Amino acid sequence: MGSFAPALASLNGLAAGVFLLSAFGLLATRQMQGCLRFFRLQSLALVASIVLIAIGMQVPDLLVVAFLDLAIKPLLIPWLLRRQVPGEVFQRREIDQVLNIPSSLLIALVLTLVAYFLAEILPPASGAVDSINVPIGLAGLLLGVFTLAVRREAVPQLIGIFAIENASLLAGVAIAPRLPLVAEMAFPFDMLIVALVIGILTRITHERVGTTEVGALRSLREETSR
Amino acid sequence: MAGKIFANLLQVAFVLGGAPLVAGVLARLKEIVQSRRGPSIFQPYRDLRKLFNKDEVVSENASWIFRATPYVVFVAPVFVTTLIPVLTNYPLFFAFMGDMLGGGFVLALGGFFAALAAVDTANPYGPMGASRTRMVGFLAEPVFMVVFFTVSFIAGSTIPYIVQQHWLMVSEFFAPSHLLLVVAFVMLILAEAGRIPVDNPGGHFELAMIDESKSLEYSGTGMALMKWGGQMKLLVLICILINVLVTPWGLAGGQRMTAVLLAAPLVLFKAGLFLLVLVAIESSLAKLRLFRVSEFLGAAFVTSVVAMVSALLRF
Repeated sequence: MGSFAPALASLNGLAAGVFLLSAFGLLATRQMQGCLRFFRLQSLALVASIVLIAIGMQVPDLLVVAFLDLAIKPLLIPWLLRRQVPGEVFQRREIDQVLNIPSSLLIALVLTLVAYFLAEILPPASGAVDSINVPIGLAGLLLGVFTLAVRREAVPQLIGIFAIENASLLAGVAIAPRLPLVAEMAFPFDMLIVALVIGILTRITHERVGTTEVGALRSLREETSR
Repeated sequence: MAGKIFANLLQVAFVLGGAPLVAGVLARLKEIVQSRRGPSIFQPYRDLRKLFNKDEVVSENASWIFRATPYVVFVAPVFVTTLIPVLTNYPLFFAFMGDMLGGGFVLALGGFFAALAAVDTANPYGPMGASRTRMVGFLAEPVFMVVFFTVSFIAGSTIPYIVQQHWLMVSEFFAPSHLLLVVAFVMLILAEAGRIPVDNPGGHFELAMIDESKSLEYSGTGMALMKWGGQMKLLVLICILINVLVTPWGLAGGQRMTAVLLAAPLVLFKAGLFLLVLVAIESSLAKLRLFRVSEFLGAAFVTSVVAMVSALLRF
């Protein structure tokens, strides 16, 4: 179980705090733009945490991962989504939710508690960094899954998937900081492809059906000849 | 001893004199952001002088509560001032008379009397505003409690001076619980002081008022005291935020008069920085609909509970 300098550890704690806060923001904000903004903030916090761990544990490979994440998550993916998904979707101020916001926030709170207790009883992996990333990563993971379940619209659901990925990377970097670079590089590119595919799917759905609300897509439609 | 008395008087004088200035700067900054010029930053002082010189009109049907309320609203923040570190680093006479929760309850007493007085005159808009303030108040209460429980878990005390000493340690300063705590407390200030996502302080439309409608019936001296009390409440809350939670530096360490006098502009400067943040929040958000306020404060509650959890289960 390695540990790194207290100054770096406390800065890392700050990054993790921002990460958790934006995970809550993703869940609770009603606006599509706000959702995207919280995703950017979360990704930046993730990058900061990776850089701090890379410096603290002296793993230069992680700097490459951080750079890739910085290029892809806060910059390239929002740009791709804005290009592909029709602008009308982003102008919506009210995202449809299965539960109302106060009760989903309370459930999210319980999930965070569960994550903290799980992280307490998990046995530490060999070579793991002793840091706050594991409980907050776990909490972010659960919150991401919950976002995915509770939102009823395509783009916030997609961002929920990205939040799951972000959170697992946050925890993963701390559990196994010395993973081979090739394995780590796969993740961001994977996300890029997911964003592309789901973006195109959303666009086509919006063209054909006129909405991207998952709740409204209840019945099958025959493909009519155009 | 003499130094302490001087520091104590000075900190009360600072809050009394600085509160209208803070309100004026805030109003001016907002006007500048909206690319207007706005009134001078000393306008609140002139308003207060004007109101103190005017005659007071009180309804015949109003009871003693209506007459007593301006004084309660005015005195409550002054009391709290003596409990918190405004200018000095070291505890003054009344520091151990009440903790943060106590201070919060003293402020709540002012709010309670203001609500009673609003109902007292049977002005149709008063009770509406009063019941809305109560709604916001009871939603804010749990956040307030959890924030201060978290503070007491982290610092081992809820006496503001001791908490302030605790945050001076850098290793504690960057903990996630600290960040979450500050965010929750800022949301609490927005709700308690009636700032924009919760209430629009600049609005003059009675049906949409929350905080403002409680002083509609007042005039002359009573109005001046209500206004001044409201401004002091904002400054006291800002002082708790900047001096205890966010930037615990820059307060007077010694008992020398010059040190205490020098701390005043520094604290005003820190308050000014927070006002910039407040202006950014107020100019970029819209006022929430009344039933969305519960979502806003629900988010604040969850933030504060997560702060508590991450403070208790430490890694």
